[in-house]
Amino acid sequence: MIRARALTKAYSRAASAKRAERRPSEDTSAKRAERRPSEVSTGSDGGRTLLAVDGIDLDVAAGESFGILGANGAGKSTTMRMIGATLQRTSGELTILGRDPAHEGPVIRAHLGVVPQQDTLDTELTVRENLLTYGRYFGLPRTALVPRIEELLDFAQLQDKRDEKVEALSGGMKRRLTIARGLVNDPSLLLLDEPTTGLDPQARHILWDRLYQLRETGVTLVLTTHYMDEAEQLCERLVIMDAGRIVAEGAPADLIRTYSSREVVEVRFGTNRNSEVLPHLHGIGDRIEELPDRLLVYTDTGESDLQEIVARGFMPVTALVRRASLEDVFLRLTGRSLVDG
Amino acid sequence: MITQSLTVSAAVAIAERRSGRVDAGVRAGRARTLMLRNALALRTNNALSFLTGFVEPVIFLLAFGYGVGALVGTITYGGMTLPYAVYVAPALLAVSAMNGAIFDSTFNVFFKMHYLRIYQAITSTSLGPLDVALGEIGWAMLRGAMYAAGFLTVVTLLGLTTSWWALALVPAAMLIAFAFASVGMAVTSYMSTFHQLNWMQFVLLPLFMFSGTFFPITAYPEWLQVVVAATPLWQAIALTRGLFLGVLEPALLIPVAYFAVMAAIGLIVTTRRLDRLFLR
Repeated sequence: MIRARALTKAYSRAASAKRAERRPSEDTSAKRAERRPSEVSTGSDGGRTLLAVDGIDLDVAAGESFGILGANGAGKSTTMRMIGATLQRTSGELTILGRDPAHEGPVIRAHLGVVPQQDTLDTELTVRENLLTYGRYFGLPRTALVPRIEELLDFAQLQDKRDEKVEALSGGMKRRLTIARGLVNDPSLLLLDEPTTGLDPQARHILWDRLYQLRETGVTLVLTTHYMDEAEQLCERLVIMDAGRIVAEGAPADLIRTYSSREVVEVRFGTNRNSEVLPHLHGIGDRIEELPDRLLVYTDTGESDLQEIVARGFMPVTALVRRASLEDVFLRLTGRSLVDG
Repeated sequence: MITQSLTVSAAVAIAERRSGRVDAGVRAGRARTLMLRNALALRTNNALSFLTGFVEPVIFLLAFGYGVGALVGTITYGGMTLPYAVYVAPALLAVSAMNGAIFDSTFNVFFKMHYLRIYQAITSTSLGPLDVALGEIGWAMLRGAMYAAGFLTVVTLLGLTTSWWALALVPAAMLIAFAFASVGMAVTSYMSTFHQLNWMQFVLLPLFMFSGTFFPITAYPEWLQVVVAATPLWQAIALTRGLFLGVLEPALLIPVAYFAVMAAIGLIVTTRRLDRLFLR
């Protein structure tokens, strides 16, 4: 469905500054500045170019649910917009459903359902009118849209809100409406950019349930997320992006097997003591990672390792033995935690 | 339950039918769908702000046409002696077409572009940037034309209309509104804050006061007359006044050509900007 080779998106410095302005959570600290996508000098005038996406390769097959996992600013949204044919690549090769978005944008977009990160619902219209006008933009006749809208309202569980203004909806409802809107043209590929960011747990579960249902009907899903539980729940296969590059690719379980031990022991000794204790834990587990607030011991034998730590005379304030997750894979590959590390 | 069809969806079939055309990349031929959206949104917009466009020229007509007109008496224009109200009425009609079109293509378009973000949603469908431009400009044109038609009715009820040619003011107002809206939207696409839009008042107010609206431009020195005659509102007023008074001369084709060029330039720039902002 999607085939991208050495896909690159570069912004000139002026343009990138403008885009950065629009981004809600802008990285400011020096530490975070390191993880900004690479800035390279180009041309004889020495003008700088910001590479938001730096030569990524990916293939997505029909019917697959594919995830792009990464922290804020990793290049996820830029990739999604390139796949959505609303942002043109600077170089590389990209085909979506066998077509080149540089030349066949409208036909590709007719195939796609798009759920952008920020809601772009039409707040001057009602729920039903949003679906109707969006369908009309695709050129679908009203007679075909009327029954389709009923299906979509059922699917999004918004029948009782059909004549309400969009503003009256909760965050979760708005997101469901955006998904319903993305389905109005019966897309073969649905692009979801951070579909559950900012939603409460209950709203997320309702949304996941809807997306499961879609998967069963054969719609190809491509989604970005910075929640590892979401990626594990929804994606059969995923790539991990960091600073505009893909750092790993595979099924969630395989990635965990490859890049992490089976279990993780999380121990906290208090903010200042973590680094004091660290040297004394030598030999426990496969690897120990130090985070500002805790130590992570990667191991296949969590319980006995925790006992060993206590046996060495270090009583943690809190301790937790858990199964390894994609969060650990991400930490291993990028040296940072996924959500606001 | 969502049904997933195995065949090519209707939306794709529609897009594919157009894909061979030269303008396929920028236009899907469905500008009317955006106008439909605007019509639906009208209910939620402040209806009062929409009505002001009807009231404004009437107030000016009463104040200037009759108030100042009582002092001025008659005015000589093109060899004719006219009551002052008859002189200003067609000019005010051109002004209302301009204001309606400019308001819609600047403040409303800016709001949709940066706050409602509806163009972002629209450009992720198979609709193209030229459709968006034509839809918005067409809508602004309708608004300008509605104001003009409403004002023409008032003017006729006041007994100021003398020629059947005055009916041609409605299509004339559409042309004027279309041209102003296309340039207005092009300019708006370069704006990034609301107060930049206010600068437009610096252009619109002098245009309104000095384009032969309230007094003939023969009051100016020769060189200034040439400058004023090159401005769009003077051209608009030349057209509306000629039609209102039933003075049909080949010279009326000059403003028609003027607005055709203005509309074309505005449309091209707007389309390119929308493409640049939302599809590059």
